[in-house]
Amino acid sequence: MLVELKDITHVYNQYNPTVALKDINLSISEQEFIGLIGHTGSGKSTLVQLLNGLIEPTSGTVLYNNEDIFSDKKRLKFIRQKVGLVFQYPEHQLFEESIYEDVAFGPKNLGLKKEEIKNRVKESLELVGLDYEKFKDRSPFNLSGGQQRRVAIAGVLALKPEILILDEPSAGLDPNGRNNLLELLKYLHQDINITIILISHRMEEIAKLATRVIVMDEGRIVLDGSPAEVFSEEKRLRELDLDLPAVTSILHKLNSKGVSVRTDIFDVIEAKDEIISKLQEKNIPEEKRSC
Amino acid sequence: MSLIEIKDVDFLYREQEDKALSGVNLSIEKGEFISIIGSNGSGKSTLAKLLNVLLVPTEGQVFVDGFNSSDPENVWKIRQKVGMVFQNPDNQLVATTVEDDVAFGPENLALPSDQIRERVDKSLEMVGMGGYQSHPPHELSGGQKQRIAIAGIIAMLPDCIVLDEPTAMLDPMGRKEVLKTIKYLNEEEGITVILITHFMEETIFSDRIVVMNGGEIKDIDKPSKIFQNIDLIKSAGLDVPVAVQLANELRSSGLQIPEVMDIEELVTALC
Repeated sequence: MLVELKDITHVYNQYNPTVALKDINLSISEQEFIGLIGHTGSGKSTLVQLLNGLIEPTSGTVLYNNEDIFSDKKRLKFIRQKVGLVFQYPEHQLFEESIYEDVAFGPKNLGLKKEEIKNRVKESLELVGLDYEKFKDRSPFNLSGGQQRRVAIAGVLALKPEILILDEPSAGLDPNGRNNLLELLKYLHQDINITIILISHRMEEIAKLATRVIVMDEGRIVLDGSPAEVFSEEKRLRELDLDLPAVTSILHKLNSKGVSVRTDIFDVIEAKDEIISKLQEKNIPEEKRSC
Repeated sequence: MSLIEIKDVDFLYREQEDKALSGVNLSIEKGEFISIIGSNGSGKSTLAKLLNVLLVPTEGQVFVDGFNSSDPENVWKIRQKVGMVFQNPDNQLVATTVEDDVAFGPENLALPSDQIRERVDKSLEMVGMGGYQSHPPHELSGGQKQRIAIAGIIAMLPDCIVLDEPTAMLDPMGRKEVLKTIKYLNEEEGITVILITHFMEETIFSDRIVVMNGGEIKDIDKPSKIFQNIDLIKSAGLDVPVAVQLANELRSSGLQIPEVMDIEELVTALC
């Protein structure tokens, strides 16, 4: 198991206690792509900050490759390198004069040799789809929002993480920027074999990319399963103030109106095929077609 | 005359080679709900800033209720008529209580205090935040903060509000609250709304959608027409709302489906 959370409870502010996480038990294996959802304040961000040791839980253990990450505080630096965290609006954290320097910041702090730093910067920039020669000397501040975000992600990738956690990485991007970013995540997961945890309010993104969906509410994990399993819990998700992917939502609504279609579909074309085939079946007794 | 007239406008930022806007013409009537869509760098925000004189056109003119924005004498008249709401609610709230925040604009108009009180209360009522007068803004949710920012604009009694990606930083609940507020202000209070957004689903209620690309207006039409034009949408780097996409697919597979804009309409059409 790559990461394990055991009996985690976390309480913020001991004077006016707010329970952020309660009785969390969670195992994450290599090469999973986890979609983490829940409304604002459900504990998602606290959970991921725990995974890379930014927050020490009030009780419980966090294991990384079977090692308790808080047992030796000196090892936390290593953990944070292996568990890369990309915050919301990461481009706000860009600060260097050139893109090269910005991406090199992490590797430099690891005390790597010059040549190795250069290799990592080059590799990371190409991973996020920015040409090294073209971009290395440019200022990160003259890029588009989507490109800035890529540079910020490259900075985390340059640490060669095994897990990449991203908190709302597509927020505020235009549709093209959003699609490009999702392609990047898919590539990192499928071709570079990085384990990914994606926090997003956009259920389409989660449905399209995740192999496993975890739903949080009031500091607890309330649903955990494949996208098809989790998004079949329509009523439960609505109770939690969460949306369904639009395609799934349409199929559920058709179902409740008597057109019995499968609801474990997230793709427009597949949904079209399913609807057409079911409407045709239904068409056989023409007079019974209405619902 | 229309409430807003944009005539042959070009805009060039200092030290930039390419025009941010070129050859823009647009008339907006009182009471309309207009959405502006386009990728980053398409000129949407520049256009918005011309409407309340944060920018003045390099070429051409912008008229608001007949006042030419290029005449410095008109700046404050226009800003009272056209209010702006930006993306990040935290950057727009200035006071320690909700009522002080909403009162900021009217106080600058040097109105008598009972009038200020009345405007503040009424504005908060209109955005669904009545009763929050003495709350500190920082304890509110993103959607609530954004509605307070809108109330602060409404308290100036504008004819028109321009919202530049007001829901980009909000969660789904916050987005719904803000959208509902915007719709209410337009439909019930008759305020002209200009909404800039990257969320295509937010535009389907508008009277007209303006599609921008490379500093030019590529099309202006009602939502059902805009989202039929897949080539236009793709070339502008945009998306079609899922319900419309699915309806288009079903239609091209031979199913008879009327124009639909959202999930409910599509489900009704299929049943």
